[in-house]
Amino acid sequence: MSLINYASREISCKIVYYGPGLGGKTTNIKYIYSKISPNAKGNLISLATELDRTLFFDFLPVNLGNIRGFKTRFHLYTVPGQVYYNASRKLILKGVDGIIFVADSQVERLEDNIDSLQNMLENLQEYNLNLASVPLVLQYNKRDLPNISTVDELENILNPQKLSSFEAVAVQGIGVFETLKAISKLVIRNLS
Amino acid sequence: MSFQIFENDFWSINETITKLLKMTNAISVLLIDKAGQLITSTGDISQLDTTAFASLSAADFAATNQLAKLVGEKNFNTLFHQGENKNLYVQLIADKVILVVVFDSRTSLGLVRVRIKHATDELNAIIQDIMNKIKTNKDENVVGLDTDFKKQAESELDELFK
Ligand SMILES: Nc1nc2c(ncn2[C@@H]2O[C@H](COP(=O)(O)OP(=O)(O)OP(=O)(O)O)[C@@H](O)[C@H]2O)c(=O)[nH]1
Ligand SMILES: [Mg+2]
Repeated sequence: MSLINYASREISCKIVYYGPGLGGKTTNIKYIYSKISPNAKGNLISLATELDRTLFFDFLPVNLGNIRGFKTRFHLYTVPGQVYYNASRKLILKGVDGIIFVADSQVERLEDNIDSLQNMLENLQEYNLNLASVPLVLQYNKRDLPNISTVDELENILNPQKLSSFEAVAVQGIGVFETLKAISKLVIRNLS
Repeated sequence: MSFQIFENDFWSINETITKLLKMTNAISVLLIDKAGQLITSTGDISQLDTTAFASLSAADFAATNQLAKLVGEKNFNTLFHQGENKNLYVQLIADKVILVVVFDSRTSLGLVRVRIKHATDELNAIIQDIMNKIKTNKDENVVGLDTDFKKQAESELDELFK
């Protein structure tokens, strides 16, 4: 749920990176952090395990600047993708305004992508949310690896609704900003 | 639907938390929505990354509430974190926003607790009122987010993420 403060003239919206463990969610947000100019970002907070897996979330605030007198911000979160962290994952979805689903393109991860997508819908349902109310875009990550599904296959299986989707190599930054831009626009359009 | 805060409500909130700050001699007082966004703050926040603070407080609160459920409590409406020099007192308001008081040894937990009770009653009423307004959507101020705004936001996005 976006926050619109008419007194301090501020708008903030929450965008969540969702997807299976090791899919590249944290890599997306770290790349954004490394590229965005200092005055457009805040500190990157990562609650991770010692092995650098997301334990609770990563958090990065991004300032869009002043839009018609409103200081506009996006708060980017990643969830922990590992299956057994579902309780935490659900908490991060609270108040979400837009979701980027980061799929791992590797053939052997297809099942995990499907499970994670299903899990996302179930968790949204618990907040009485669904894809009619919350915009979603997909990112097919790790396109640099050899053993990957074709985009057509991924589209057919993960994206029957034909939402916007992007190929990415998050470690190299490819597709990272395209994906973020797409969801940001949908979130802005969805403001009410 | 957005959580919209209008001019008058905002000033009432600020008045209440500033009073709380003064009465308790706390360092700072912050009001945060459950999704982790800072609504407003008062006191000395010069050393505080308030954006990160808001996000972490909301997550902390959400996690603690799940812990409550696991032990068969409905929720823990208050949280207290004690440090060597600084402490946090966290209180849920109207099931919607989180009040955090940062304080040190210039005041006492007892005083903070009593004063938060008063502030909670006031804030409860204000937040309830805001929620009703949002529901009925009757407030005159729901402006600014027209197609012009959205267009400009989009070109701003193109600029930032090019
Ligand atoms: N080859 C390749 N590796 C990638 C790509 N994106 C991420 N990785 C690697 O995949 C691993 C996992 O990336 P993370 O970003 O930590 O994955 P995550 O989705 O945050 O994982 P969880 O926190 O467990 O949910 C890291 O070693 C990354 O370097 C990519 O596009 N190509
Ligand atoms: Mg991660």
